Amino acid sequence: MTDVINPPVIGGGGDVTAVDEHVVEHGHAEEHGPTGVLKWLTTTDHKVIGLSYMITSLVMFYLAGIMALVIRLQLASPSSSLLSFSQYNELFTMHGSLMLYLFAGPFAFGGLANYIVPLQVGAPDMAFPRLNALSYWLYAGGSITMLLSFFVAGGASSFGWVAYAPLSNATNSPGAGSDMWIMALALTGFSAIFTGVNLVATIFYLRAPGMTMFRMPIFTWNMLVTGILILIAFPVLTAALIMLYCDRHFGTHIFTVSGGGVPVLWQHLFWFFGHPEVYILALPFFGIATEVIPTFSRKPVFGYKGMVFATLSIAALSTGVWAHHMYTTGVVLLPFFSLLSLLIAVPTGIKFFNWIGTMWRGQLSFKTPMLFCIGFLFAFLMGGVTGVMLAAPALDFFTHDTYFVVAHFHQVLFGTAVFAGFAGLYFWYPKMFGRMLSDKLGKWHFWLLFIGFWLTFIPQYEVGLKGMPRRVAVYPSNLGWQVYNQISTIGAFVIGISFAILLVNLWISWRNPVPAGDNPWDAGGLEWFTTSPPPHHNFTHLPPIRSERPTWDYNHPDSPALHHGKPTGPSSGHGGDGSGGTRETVEV
Amino acid sequence: MKTESFILLVIGIFFAIIGAIYWFTSYEQAGTLMLIGSALLGLLPGGYYYYWYRKMGQRPEDNPDATIASGAGVISSFPGSSIWPFVLASGAFFIGLTFVFGIWFAPVALALVVSALIGATVESRRGGHV
Repeated sequence: MTDVINPPVIGGGGDVTAVDEHVVEHGHAEEHGPTGVLKWLTTTDHKVIGLSYMITSLVMFYLAGIMALVIRLQLASPSSSLLSFSQYNELFTMHGSLMLYLFAGPFAFGGLANYIVPLQVGAPDMAFPRLNALSYWLYAGGSITMLLSFFVAGGASSFGWVAYAPLSNATNSPGAGSDMWIMALALTGFSAIFTGVNLVATIFYLRAPGMTMFRMPIFTWNMLVTGILILIAFPVLTAALIMLYCDRHFGTHIFTVSGGGVPVLWQHLFWFFGHPEVYILALPFFGIATEVIPTFSRKPVFGYKGMVFATLSIAALSTGVWAHHMYTTGVVLLPFFSLLSLLIAVPTGIKFFNWIGTMWRGQLSFKTPMLFCIGFLFAFLMGGVTGVMLAAPALDFFTHDTYFVVAHFHQVLFGTAVFAGFAGLYFWYPKMFGRMLSDKLGKWHFWLLFIGFWLTFIPQYEVGLKGMPRRVAVYPSNLGWQVYNQISTIGAFVIGISFAILLVNLWISWRNPVPAGDNPWDAGGLEWFTTSPPPHHNFTHLPPIRSERPTWDYNHPDSPALHHGKPTGPSSGHGGDGSGGTRETVEV
Repeated sequence: MKTESFILLVIGIFFAIIGAIYWFTSYEQAGTLMLIGSALLGLLPGGYYYYWYRKMGQRPEDNPDATIASGAGVISSFPGSSIWPFVLASGAFFIGLTFVFGIWFAPVALALVVSALIGATVESRRGGHV
């Protein structure tokens, strides 16, 4: 059935006479339709789709993590025979592809954003619910295609997650596995584009009254910018994949020199997608940190508008730096790309300043989500600083294709997608399921992860500077590289143990639920105003929206309603709407 | 709509400037074309939103003093449960397999895609159900 939503209307309560009662009336508030598996297959509810996205992407995360452990085992000794060369190549390709295309992005913009953004802007659903469902099923189809490629003759694709030409052509990488990789990415690419459209439309058109753009939570802002970046980047990838497929099967010579093509064109197209993709994987997680840190500092976010403009400038700059992955090709304009890459450090630095400013003199409470966010700050700072180093061509020429680069991008992506991503999971899990995760086990998860993270990647910087190239299954034993690799392998297994603890935590919360209540963290966003888990179409009523944290204003009518450090308007010195703390909504 | 359109317009202008700088410093075609594409991606919807901002003026969600009641009325119509996104995505999955393994997957893929397109269209016209 089509639900026509008629929110919000005044009055309607027989025993409630307050003039400023605002109740969101639902056309068909209760759920209806099919049940069981059919309900899951046919749902258009953004919450169910978001959860499906998160569960699928977490499965991909664990699979890719197991691949990483096998890779690390292989590298623990110089000439291990655990894996053949071709198996090793398949594993690092699929590790990268699963983590980047099927975990980090979909977990953020398909999972968390799908679930949280409509709640944060006070919307009943995403703007295009059926398109949303299509996104998820395309993504699921792409994931299945990617995984099935292990079982075809010749094995999975083995040209790395970047598929550089001419390595990825039909001569050097024959077999169905490579074609399945291309098709899997095409499917997930379309899924991402549709989700991007959905996010932008939802944020532009479905905000609640009073939720102006500059009152949106920073997470929503970042998801808006991520949505725009998706629309810039993913069509280029899809086009490049079609060209690659034509080169492989239809006899075109777009990326082959023999027919007059240009192999470097693949790198241009891929990185024009690939570098914004890195920020598609980073901005949502910046947003999570900007939700968690104010909540556990009991302060509004410091420098709200600075955060917004920093996000916008990071996104804009990130699209102009694609060729800093291509310095060593010798055919790119070094000063242009170096300058723009270095410039990104400025808005990122503003964000760090604001995160620290938010914590400054706050009442900090180190719950699990906050710990993960602080871990994110350290991890991403390290990745960011080495990123500034790599943006300088002189240093990049020296470290290109070494383990230094491997360590750099793992610190960046681990910092964002894992530390901040799982901060988001711990933070919003009570909202999604109405039950808590154990804080004690969460802290075990965090500390083991944090220790394992540094153990794994710091030695990789060092061994990279000593010259160890990436993507090698064996290495000489007389260069002193082994001890670094062994420390790295131990670190990787510590990370593995930490994620086993997360599974235990989820299991315990599933078997022995601890009720969470609607707002366990006393947070300020609109998503904490509704029940946990939220009802069909999300809200039965809404509070007045007078700042970027309407739920806080509603729950703390005596605290000054700060908006960018100032009272929110001539008539709203206090939490209510100019009526001296009178509440605008009533419970129904 | 004002802020929304400005964000997109500024993105478009930024890429137009960067694209011009890039072209006149490198004369590299692929990157310049992609930057022009990005500029258009900002300018076209940004201009469209600006046109509607001029026509519609301020909406309740753009008004900092709006009460929840000022948004009263129908927000939108949201489809209920629908099987067709799943069918359409299954069709897309089989299209992918067609390109990998051969043309014999094509009838399955086409049947799924066509039935999903018809199903979704008919569903929208008469009010959805499974």
